[in-house]
Amino acid sequence: MSLTSAHSVVAPSATSKRVAGTIIVAYALISIVPLLWIFATSFKTPPDSIAYPPKILFQPSLEGYCNLFSTRTRQTPEYINSLGPATGVCDETVRKRNMVIAGPSNFMPRFVNSLIIAFGSTFCAVFLGTLSAYGFSRFKVPLADDLLFFILSTRMMPPIAVAIPIYLMYRELGLSDTALGMILLYTAVNVSLAVWLLKGFIDEIPREYEEAAMIDGYTRLQAFWRTVLPQATTGIAATAIFCLIFAWNEYAFAALLTSGTAQTAPPFIPTIIGEGGQDWPAVAAGTTIFLVPILVFTILLRKQLLRGITFGAVRK
Amino acid sequence: MAEIRVEHLRKAFGDFVAVQDSNFVVEDGEFFVMLGPSGCGKTTTLRMIAGLELPTGGKILLGGEDVTMRRARERDIAFVFQLFALYPHMNVRKNIGFPLLAQGMPGAEIRARVEETAKLLRIDHLLNKSVSGLAGGDRQRVALGRAIVRRPKCFLMDEPLGTLDTEFRDLMVHELRELHNRIHATTVYVTHDQMEAMSMADKIAVMNHGVIEQFGTPREIYDRPATMFVADFIGSPPMNFLGFGGGLSKGAREVVVQGARVAVPEVREDVAPAEMALGIRPEHIRFDNASKLRGAIYGTEYLGTTQIVAVETADGIIKARVPAEIRLNPGDHVGLALNSARLSVFAKGSGRAVRTEIHDSASQGRAHHG
Repeated sequence: MSLTSAHSVVAPSATSKRVAGTIIVAYALISIVPLLWIFATSFKTPPDSIAYPPKILFQPSLEGYCNLFSTRTRQTPEYINSLGPATGVCDETVRKRNMVIAGPSNFMPRFVNSLIIAFGSTFCAVFLGTLSAYGFSRFKVPLADDLLFFILSTRMMPPIAVAIPIYLMYRELGLSDTALGMILLYTAVNVSLAVWLLKGFIDEIPREYEEAAMIDGYTRLQAFWRTVLPQATTGIAATAIFCLIFAWNEYAFAALLTSGTAQTAPPFIPTIIGEGGQDWPAVAAGTTIFLVPILVFTILLRKQLLRGITFGAVRK
Repeated sequence: MAEIRVEHLRKAFGDFVAVQDSNFVVEDGEFFVMLGPSGCGKTTTLRMIAGLELPTGGKILLGGEDVTMRRARERDIAFVFQLFALYPHMNVRKNIGFPLLAQGMPGAEIRARVEETAKLLRIDHLLNKSVSGLAGGDRQRVALGRAIVRRPKCFLMDEPLGTLDTEFRDLMVHELRELHNRIHATTVYVTHDQMEAMSMADKIAVMNHGVIEQFGTPREIYDRPATMFVADFIGSPPMNFLGFGGGLSKGAREVVVQGARVAVPEVREDVAPAEMALGIRPEHIRFDNASKLRGAIYGTEYLGTTQIVAVETADGIIKARVPAEIRLNPGDHVGLALNSARLSVFAKGSGRAVRTEIHDSASQGRAHHG
């Protein structure tokens, strides 16, 4: 008996599958080409990176990465010749350009700032979001609907619309250019998303689980910790990725509010300037490294992410 | 184990009164069933005994102790939920041991108690399995295991067989009763299924619209329904009602229904003239052409040893349960003879049963209000 015949009302037809496949492949190509371009550029030499017509095949070089992580000074060939043998790949690469490495660049500290601020704010947003979502889901909160709408309303404008008031507030409060300030800001932006997403997930968990645990001798908090949280992990993971992606990629506030010690990678990367203009291989190298944590996180949690995206589409 | 005493219990959700003034006592070791249609307040009552809802008024005593406002975890009770509420992230062993863990019991002791409980329920071979792969009956047993492992004061069960297949259900009804006979735990069991209630209960409370209509043994409830609602809710098919008018005086021995004199159990109270109803169980009807009470056969339902015959009378259709051998054709006119000793008389307005000879051997049974 053939249930998968062309007349099936459930299974998609071969034609619609082919059309869908073509669209997906085309979309994937469009999205992935810029990434591949950046990845390739990060391994080019500065002249190759601005060659016209663009070079598809080229001699790979680590110059971009060397320049990203170091600051260099120009020296006379006589001085460079007077030095001993090169101590590493980067040393050798920069000497060819009549330069010596003067010290580490600011990239690593900026990258670490990004990690601290993005993960810190994600943790805060998910933590607060989970507790509030649980509260909204299980208790009779007075004006719950209005409060939830109010929480959601903070997302109805682009966050940058409040950039100037926040800039002034942060300056008064001494939060400008601090990691704490950025964590607070990203948490505030993300917590509304976290509450709404997580409320949906927690609503789906029958309250009998906590009730059973509470009858069996646990306090509400213990019951929440031992029975609700383990079942909400999918939702929490999905929410965490969304929050992390936002905080990690955020450029506008970071550019406005951080300039020195707390500067994150997004505003830093475009400021990498080489001799005689933008050092494109170094910018590309910075971007490539910047992509890695999100890439790893997303691949690890892709199933949860997918569930987060399709959330609400399928109800039992 | 302990006695459960419920006094003037009341619960309102805003304007809606879910439970009004309930009073009952579940004696130590008794299997008590709360029976009623959905929305009658039986689950709300159970949840108040458990401490999952707080009453609007009244008192709940467990083993003589007032626990009305205590938290669920301080009441030492166990609850079996309709959907079992087995924790999907734990295996069978951890699920059953979960209540013991809350008491801070040492691991070795938990292990021993869990294994002992599993053996009692014949699920010891499933201990290391994930609960999500279990069949309905086994999930039910795990849920029971989690309830009995702690040896609580009493068990509360909220339609625990509601989601099982009929086949499993009959098996579990038997198992539950057998388990109860072995451990003699005070049990409150909520269901809308009269078969479950009749076959398991020591005592039944029939609820409707938040009111306990009758409290008594299954036999009392079946033989001496306190109200027309109970008479109609219990029994399959339910009790038939034939209307008649006029008052009744103490000592009366017959009533006139559709022009026919019908002997009834001796009336023990005076009733002012009003709309009345005579209640007859289907099995207390015989066909007898000498009877003045007549009707026409409307249809039959063959059940093997008996058949249910619908008879159209002047006062609507009534159903009789008669031996399967009797040959009947739709349209045939038959006379109906009623088993006088087993009839109930109700006042239609209040729905309450009139006190008669059948109540002599027992108390009226209706839950005392007030």
